[in-house]
Amino acid sequence: MLGFLARRVAATVPVLLFVAVFVFLLLRLTPGDPAAIVAGDNASTEQIEEIRAQLGLDEPLLEQFGLWSAKVLRGDFGESFFFKQPVASLIGQRIEPTLSLALVTLFITVVVAVPLGTLAAYYHRSWLDRLVMGFSVAGFSVPVFVLGYLLIYVFAVELRWFPVQGFASIREGLWPFLERMVLPASALSVIYVALIARITRASVLEVLGEDHVRTARGKGLPERTVVINHALRNAAVPIVTVIGVGLALLIGGVVVTESVFNIPGLGRLTVDAVLARDYPTIQAVILLFSFAYVLINLMIDLTYLVLDPRIRY
Amino acid sequence: MRSPTRALTTLALALGLASPAVADENMLRVVMHSDLKIIDPIWTTAYITRDHGYMVYDTLLALDADGVVQPQMAESWEVSDDGLTHSFTLRDGLTFHDGAPVTGADVVASLGRWGKRDTMGQQLMQFVEGMEAPDEQSVTITLAEPYGLLGQSLAKPSSNVPFIMPAGIAATPADEQIDEAIGSGPFVFDADAWEPGNKVVYRKFADYQPRDEPPSWTAGGKLVNVDVVEWVSMPDAQTAVNALITGEIDVIEQVAHDLLPLVEGDPSIEVRIANPLGYQYMFRFNHLHPPFDDATVRRAAVAALNQEDFVSATIGNPAFYRVCAAMFICDTPFATDAGGAIALASDFDASKALLEEADYDGTPVVLMHSTDLQVLTNLAPVAKSLLERGGFTVDMQSMDWQTLVSRRAKQEPPEDGGWNAFLTAWVAADVMNPIAAAGFNASGEDAWFGWPEDAELEALRDRFARETDLDAQRALAEQIQLRALEVATHMHAGQYFVPMAFRNDQVGGFIDGPATFFWQAARVDD
Repeated sequence: MLGFLARRVAATVPVLLFVAVFVFLLLRLTPGDPAAIVAGDNASTEQIEEIRAQLGLDEPLLEQFGLWSAKVLRGDFGESFFFKQPVASLIGQRIEPTLSLALVTLFITVVVAVPLGTLAAYYHRSWLDRLVMGFSVAGFSVPVFVLGYLLIYVFAVELRWFPVQGFASIREGLWPFLERMVLPASALSVIYVALIARITRASVLEVLGEDHVRTARGKGLPERTVVINHALRNAAVPIVTVIGVGLALLIGGVVVTESVFNIPGLGRLTVDAVLARDYPTIQAVILLFSFAYVLINLMIDLTYLVLDPRIRY
Repeated sequence: MRSPTRALTTLALALGLASPAVADENMLRVVMHSDLKIIDPIWTTAYITRDHGYMVYDTLLALDADGVVQPQMAESWEVSDDGLTHSFTLRDGLTFHDGAPVTGADVVASLGRWGKRDTMGQQLMQFVEGMEAPDEQSVTITLAEPYGLLGQSLAKPSSNVPFIMPAGIAATPADEQIDEAIGSGPFVFDADAWEPGNKVVYRKFADYQPRDEPPSWTAGGKLVNVDVVEWVSMPDAQTAVNALITGEIDVIEQVAHDLLPLVEGDPSIEVRIANPLGYQYMFRFNHLHPPFDDATVRRAAVAALNQEDFVSATIGNPAFYRVCAAMFICDTPFATDAGGAIALASDFDASKALLEEADYDGTPVVLMHSTDLQVLTNLAPVAKSLLERGGFTVDMQSMDWQTLVSRRAKQEPPEDGGWNAFLTAWVAADVMNPIAAAGFNASGEDAWFGWPEDAELEALRDRFARETDLDAQRALAEQIQLRALEVATHMHAGQYFVPMAFRNDQVGGFIDGPATFFWQAARVDD
C-alpha cells in the first residue's frame, strides 16, 4: 500500500514536468504579445520593446524556461505581468469560489444522479427509466453556458429568486453563500448528473442480474436492503471511477460557469489570463489544475480499497 | 412578499444560518468597460487605467466642455510677455491622500515623469528649458521658445493624462510601474480591498478641496456625493445587463449596442451618451510595404471606402453614430471639412483609376480582422468588400484583438508575419489636435504603427505646435488635414458613441466628459 502510494506520488513528477514544458511552449507559440497588451493601445513600438525587456520576454526561450522552472521548484510561480502581484496570491484569492462551486456541484450531482440511476435500473424499461435516459441525453447535449443563461433568465431576471451573479463566502452566512451558488452549481451539475446517472443505471442493472442479488432476495431481505447494500455497493467502483473522470469535465465547466455567473474563481482567472497572455498566471493555473487532477485520481484509486475489499495494491 | 428569497433569507436569519449583509447605502456599484489591471496611468495608455487616474489624482490644468483650458489644481496661471515663462500658483489646502500637502515640487516631478512617457508630453518637453518650484505653492515652467500647446498638453483629457502624484512616487523611472496609488483627487484607492479581476474599491477623500465652479468635463468642482464607488469586474456583457435589470449593480459604463434593446424599455433604466464626442474609427495603412507604400494606392483605398458603411455595419442604430468629414472630430476647435468629404462616399471608379495610375499589380492587401471586440468585428469585412469593389485584392486574416495588437507592432513584410492594414477606434479626445492624434505623426520609425514618413506633414505639425494664436492654429490644422489626406496617412472611418446605462431609481447626477467620471454622481432618495 505504502509502496503503491510512493509510486503514484513519484509518477506525478513526470506528468507535471510534461505539462509544464507543454504549456510553456504552447503559450510561446500562440500569437499575441503580452508586452503589447500591457502597454495599451496608444503605446509606441519603443515602449512595447521596453516592456518586453522588463518582462524578460526578449530572452531566449530556453533561458526563459530555465528561469521559470527554477522559480517553480522553489515554490515561486512568479509575478503576474499585469497585476504586479505574485501569481500565488492571485490564485489564493480565487481558490475558495472555485472549490465551493466544485464541491456544491459534486454534492448536487451525487445526491441527484446516483438515486436517479439506481431507480432507472430498478424500474428498467419503465417510463421512469426512459425519463432518466431522456434527461441524460438532453443533459449531455445542452452546453453549460446556454443552461446558465436560461437559469439566469428564469430564476434571476423573471422570478427574482436568486441573484444573477457574484459569489459570497460561506463566512458571510449560509444563505448568502447558497443563494449565489444554487444557479451556477445547478447549471454545471446537469451534464455531470447526466453522465453519472447513466453509468449508475448501467452498473446497477448489471449487478441486479447477478447471483448474489438473487441469493439476497432468496434470503427474504427487503428490496431496499438488496438494492442499496447488495446492488449499489457492488456497482460503486465504476461509478466512483466516472465521478473522477467527470472531474475533468468539471474543471472545463468551471471556466465557462464562472464567466457566465461572474464568480471570481480560478476559471475566470484562467480566461482573463489567457485573453491577456499573462504567461506566469496561465502556467501556474494549468499546473495547479493538472496537480488537482492527478491527486483526485489517486484518491479515487484509494477509495476502491474501501468499496471493494478484494482490491489490493 | 413577492420574493421567496426574502422569505428564505428571513428564515435563514432566524435560524442563525445567515449574517445580514452590511449594505453600504451610499455606494455606487459600477461595471466598467474593462478590468483594472495596471494602476500607473503614466506607464500605460489603457483607458481603464486613465479612468482609475481620474478617481485618484487631480491635474494642474483641465479641459472644459467647450475645449477651453481651465485651471484645476492651479489657482492662477500667468504667462510672461515673451510667452516663455509660465507661472502657476497652487490652490490652498490641497493635500494628498496620505495627508501630505501638495507642493510645487510634486507638480514638477509628476510633469517630468509624464513628459518622458506621453506623446504630447514628449513634444512639450522639447520646448521646455526648465521646470522648478520656487516655493511650496508655485511652479514655473520656462520654455526655450514659445509653444502653442502648453495649456492643451497639461490639460490633456485622455491617455496619458498628466496626473499629479507625490514627488517621491513620481521619482519612479518612467519605464517602471509605480505600485502605490496616492493622489490628491476626489477618491482614495483602497488597495487592501482591491481584488484583481473581481473588484476595485474607491472611497471618498474627505479632505478633497473641490473648486467652486460648476463641473465641466475634467474642469470645475468635483463634488463627491457617495462614500464608496465599487468597480465590479464583469467580463460577460449579457450578465452585466441582467445584473443591471435586477438592480444588483447601478451602472454599466459602456453597454454593447446589440444589448440595448434589453434595457431600453425599462423605465427604471436610463441610457445616455455621457461622452458626446464618442470615438472615431480609423483605417490605418502600413506605409512600409507594397501596395500601401505608394501614396496613390493609399488614396485609391480611401476613395473606395466610406464611413457610412463602417458605422452602420458595426453600430447599426443611427442614434449612436455619425459620419463626419473632420479628421479632428466634428464640433471641436480644430474641426475642418477641408478635403474630408472623400471619406463620406465610395467612388469605385476613382479608386480603379488611381490603381491603374499606380500600376497596382494585384498584390494582396493583408487586412487584419479583429473578431472579439463587438465595436470592431464588422469593420474589416466591410473594408474587404469595399476595397475589392474598388479593384484591390484583399487577404483578410481574422484574429483576436490582442493578437492584432501584437502583430501591428511588427515592421516585417506581410509574408513574414507583418501586415498592410487594420482598423481601430480612438477616444475622440485623443484625436482632437494634430499633435495628440497619433495617426498624423509622420516621422517614420518613430511614428505610430503604420510608420508614415512625410517631411512636409511633420513641418506643418511642428509649426502648429509652435503657433500660439488659435486662429493661426486652426488654419494650420486645415493644412495638416489636407496634407494627411494627400499622403493618406490613414482614413477617418466614422464616429460612434457608446452609451452608459444606469438605474435611475437608484443613482443619478452623472456628468458628461471624455471619460466616465464619478464626482457629482449620487444615490437617488426613494
